[in-house]
Amino acid sequence: MAVDAVLVWTVIAILAVGTFLIRFSFLGLIGDRPLPPIVVRLLRFTPVAVLPALVAPQVLWPNATDGQTDPVRMLAALTTLAVGMVTRKVLPAIVAGSAVLIIGLQLSAAG
Amino acid sequence: MFVVVPFGLLFGVVAMDAGLTLTQTMGMTMLVIAGAAQFTALQMMVDNAGLWLIIAAALAVNLRMAMYSAALVPHLGKAPLWQRALIAYMNFDQTYAVASIAYEQNPEWPVERKVTFFFGVATPIVPTWIAATLVGALIGKAIPTDLGIDFILPITFIALVGPMLRTVPQMIAASVSVAVGLILSGLPSGMGLLIAAACAMAAGAATEIWQEKRSATWL
Repeated sequence: MAVDAVLVWTVIAILAVGTFLIRFSFLGLIGDRPLPPIVVRLLRFTPVAVLPALVAPQVLWPNATDGQTDPVRMLAALTTLAVGMVTRKVLPAIVAGSAVLIIGLQLSAAG
Repeated sequence: MFVVVPFGLLFGVVAMDAGLTLTQTMGMTMLVIAGAAQFTALQMMVDNAGLWLIIAAALAVNLRMAMYSAALVPHLGKAPLWQRALIAYMNFDQTYAVASIAYEQNPEWPVERKVTFFFGVATPIVPTWIAATLVGALIGKAIPTDLGIDFILPITFIALVGPMLRTVPQMIAASVSVAVGLILSGLPSGMGLLIAAACAMAAGAATEIWQEKRSATWL
């Protein structure tokens, strides 16, 4: 699966500049002015607001199965979430979810 | 702190699997240096989203770093501009976490000492991140694509979110994000994501404000 080279480099360039500007914003440009409290409040929710919506359609309708709901991928997703919430750690969650995914796919291919 | 090693490895593997070249993978990792945003951009490219939707989604994931930038101003605001620019380039989750704790504990440090400390923290992390990505990309070339690698990317996102779900407002934000994201998944790739994210942020913030008001009236 090839991705259009011009698109990739354009994404990289704009993302690099944009990310730098976000990081430089207050430190370099805006200076020592406090953020309005409502903005701070909203910003704290960005990762938890963006990532679930990004991932949810992939869990229910994976690209790799042409949108067919796949019990193995679903189980792997639930395992990852459970381990992440219980351990509060990212890596154990990735390891557990990947293990369920790989073993499950092998088993379903064999069965 | 050295979560950057497995994370960099993983980005290398997944980027190559998504169809990026080695140069593109390394270019992205060196210029953007923001794991979650890089993974987001990859997923959006795989989903064939349009350019501006890819950018908007990935930058939305990075918005939290505006907070880091603001939080460092009282400590580093008086450093020379070139030093602040360099610090901004390396101001990501791990470096910010270590530096901000040290600054809280040592408020008497002069600004030069604080700048030196930041560079001291960042100097080993940045090359480690880049090297780990390179190793991952080289491994990724060798892994057969039918092992379910496609789904490692969603697993990574879920693993990032799971530990963040510590409070009711965060859980509500994540649930709204999932629900709206699914309902709007018929829209062009990325459009539903941004609307879902906006709803989720509002829902999380509103829940938090409501909780604070309620506990205030109990006092």
